[in-house]
Amino acid sequence: MKHLRYGYVAGPVLLVLWSVTLVYSISIFATFGFGAPARPYFPATAIVGGLAGIAVILYRNQYFLAGASFIAGAILSLAGFGPMQFGSGLSTLNEVAIGALVLPAITVSGSTILRKTRLGQLDRHEFEEAIMRFLTGFGLAFFIVIVVIPFFVMIATSLKSQQELLQNPLDYSIALSKGWDIFRSYRELFEDFSFGSYLWTSFLVSVVTVVVTLLFSVPGAYAVARLRFKGRNEFSQSILLIYMVPMIVLALPIYILFSMIGLRNSILGLVLIYPVTTIPVALYILQGYFRGLPYEVEEAGLMDGLSRFSVIRRITLPLSLPSIASVSLYVFMIAWNEFLLAFMLLDDPSTFTLTRGVAMLNSSEIPRQHLMAGAVIATIPVMMLFLGLERFITKGLTAGSVKG
Amino acid sequence: MNKLPPGEVGALQRQETRLAWGMLLPTIASVSFIVILPLLAIFWISFKPVELADLRAPAPLAREGLRGKLTAPGDAANIEYRLRNSHSSRAIASVELSDRIPIGIALGELDPRCSLDGQELRCSLGDWEGGHRERLRIPVAATDEFIPGETDIRATEAVATGDSENILVNFQFTVENFIRVFDARDFWSVLWATSFYTVFGTIGALVVGLFAALLLNNSFPGRGFLRGLFLFPYVAPVIAVAFTWVTLFDPFSGSANAMLQQMGLADGPINFFGERPLALIMVTVFEIWRYFPLSFLFILARMQAVDADMFEAADMDGASPFQKFRYLLLPQLFGILSVLFLLRFIWTFNKFDDIFLLTGGNAGTRTLTVNVYEQAFAVSDIGAGAAVAVVIFCCLLVFSVFYFRALRHEEEL
Repeated sequence: MKHLRYGYVAGPVLLVLWSVTLVYSISIFATFGFGAPARPYFPATAIVGGLAGIAVILYRNQYFLAGASFIAGAILSLAGFGPMQFGSGLSTLNEVAIGALVLPAITVSGSTILRKTRLGQLDRHEFEEAIMRFLTGFGLAFFIVIVVIPFFVMIATSLKSQQELLQNPLDYSIALSKGWDIFRSYRELFEDFSFGSYLWTSFLVSVVTVVVTLLFSVPGAYAVARLRFKGRNEFSQSILLIYMVPMIVLALPIYILFSMIGLRNSILGLVLIYPVTTIPVALYILQGYFRGLPYEVEEAGLMDGLSRFSVIRRITLPLSLPSIASVSLYVFMIAWNEFLLAFMLLDDPSTFTLTRGVAMLNSSEIPRQHLMAGAVIATIPVMMLFLGLERFITKGLTAGSVKG
Repeated sequence: MNKLPPGEVGALQRQETRLAWGMLLPTIASVSFIVILPLLAIFWISFKPVELADLRAPAPLAREGLRGKLTAPGDAANIEYRLRNSHSSRAIASVELSDRIPIGIALGELDPRCSLDGQELRCSLGDWEGGHRERLRIPVAATDEFIPGETDIRATEAVATGDSENILVNFQFTVENFIRVFDARDFWSVLWATSFYTVFGTIGALVVGLFAALLLNNSFPGRGFLRGLFLFPYVAPVIAVAFTWVTLFDPFSGSANAMLQQMGLADGPINFFGERPLALIMVTVFEIWRYFPLSFLFILARMQAVDADMFEAADMDGASPFQKFRYLLLPQLFGILSVLFLLRFIWTFNKFDDIFLLTGGNAGTRTLTVNVYEQAFAVSDIGAGAAVAVVIFCCLLVFSVFYFRALRHEEEL
């Protein structure tokens, strides 16, 4: 452990780890993104990383580092000892070009990691900072790989055909030569599986859920936030308890009840339940927001003879519009993504919501690309909402469960 | 200012209380209807021997047919009533059959259980066992009033009625469900899967979320973009991401297997979601992957609120980066971490969709929540499913006590 504190040990060790991280992530992306059968070659990666660990400490000039490692990378790849190997699929020229680019990537980023590292003994600061920088680089590569790859696979699979998928499960390059035909799975979903109607049902159910939730939770939240009454604290705490009852426990009696009174297979049944699952959360978030509003304005309104309801309508609501927007988005998201109840209560394809429709595609008779196309269709609207209004949603999410 | 004697409530105060409860009434009513009532129902059902087929009370069914032809006055034939009990095992008491015989048809010799009152045929068929079937034949003849082509014996439906007991509302109770659930050979494996999934899923999501938050705590170009990206797994519909994982890790056509083999990390295809104990580890990894964004978001929000002056002072005193993390940042995060832990613990414990979609509860991944579904719908034993649900609910009561204690502690901080 003590020897690790010397620059000539810490530098190579960190850069071996870093070059392994980098080479493996690049290989994964190269394989998925371009269908190139990239295979990281561990011995070469480790040796390159170790040497780079010394080199970047000795030579601080980034241009020199980049140039030298470019040449070294080309030579190594020509000799067949590059950190990334390719099967027969790639021409030698391309292989050398990639090898010549990977090495500078390692050295340049490596010199940032070891920015303040010296060859001799390191003090605590220098040592820990180098580790921190490595961890930052590792973390960014790690998170980007784990988050991007599944979504990439989802989209890319939906654009392929059954034979292509079976032939080479790693080739996700998109055949642009097929033109609009790459969207075939989507067209078939809309034409043969009536996904258009599922999309509409989901939208309708989600919007109604948002409206009903707001109608119920806004007055409730206002009462909890502003009015003094006995049992207020107990109420605001027990409303959170509701949040902790698992849906599957409720779904069973609801299923029984709906079977008996014939509300299964109806959108009405769904719309009756969805808001109730979201009202407690919405009420809890909103009462937090209402408490943050200045009471003086409302008091002035009351003094001027406004009734409680006009105070809420004319003062409180306009002031809390951003919070109401974020709660609405949060509720919309919950309703849109809801799967369990839709799955249990809907059997008739004419009443399916989108999530229920996608669940139907999970059968051995329906090809994978259709399932993935369905998944993309379910994801895109909620993602668009999220990207467009991220600020609102993160606010809603953060307020969603704990005060923080 | 307050001139009321202590303990007295003023008229204004009373009015405010009334208004408050009035505003809360819709919420309370709807929540008690959809949450409290079903909860009570689940307790009730868990003590009853109910199966999926019992949801429909047994009913007598009757179908009317004509054997032979009636085409002109003087023709003779038989009416045949095909009767059965819709339920295979439950009895129906005092079944009655009634039918209207059109004018122009005369009945022959009646079954001793039947009687004719004007045009109304009535038969008292007594009690039926479950699965009871019988055919009732009555000879008929066309009279002079018979109009060929118009008089139709089946113009009116035969109606059968009977008293049957709905098992859900009678007062017959049993603890059989609980005994079955606890005695089941796989109960302990269910409990083990639940604990493993809950504990490691929670801790994993928390640690990974903390790591992600530390990465994005300092501002750098592209940070806003990354923050949005990191939330993707949580925002996307569970059904989409779960099926993507299933596709990605498919043993035959999945890319993950192909990639591992190409990189030389695996010899043959690995059945990620179909092998013990790998499947349980994989669903836990999925849980971590899907829910780290939530802890990430909360922890990051808390980190941004930490006073920067403190770190400057620590820099002056020569604290190293790890020391600053360990002795300054971590204590500040302790409150949010403990609340998040309890909250995520409860939610992970409650999780159903994820495992259900990934493995369907196979290969040793059946948790308590999946077991509710499995018992109630796959085995068709609603009572046992409800018993499992009651077990879940009791566990949750214990957890929520801890949660509220921690929440109060956090508020005091």
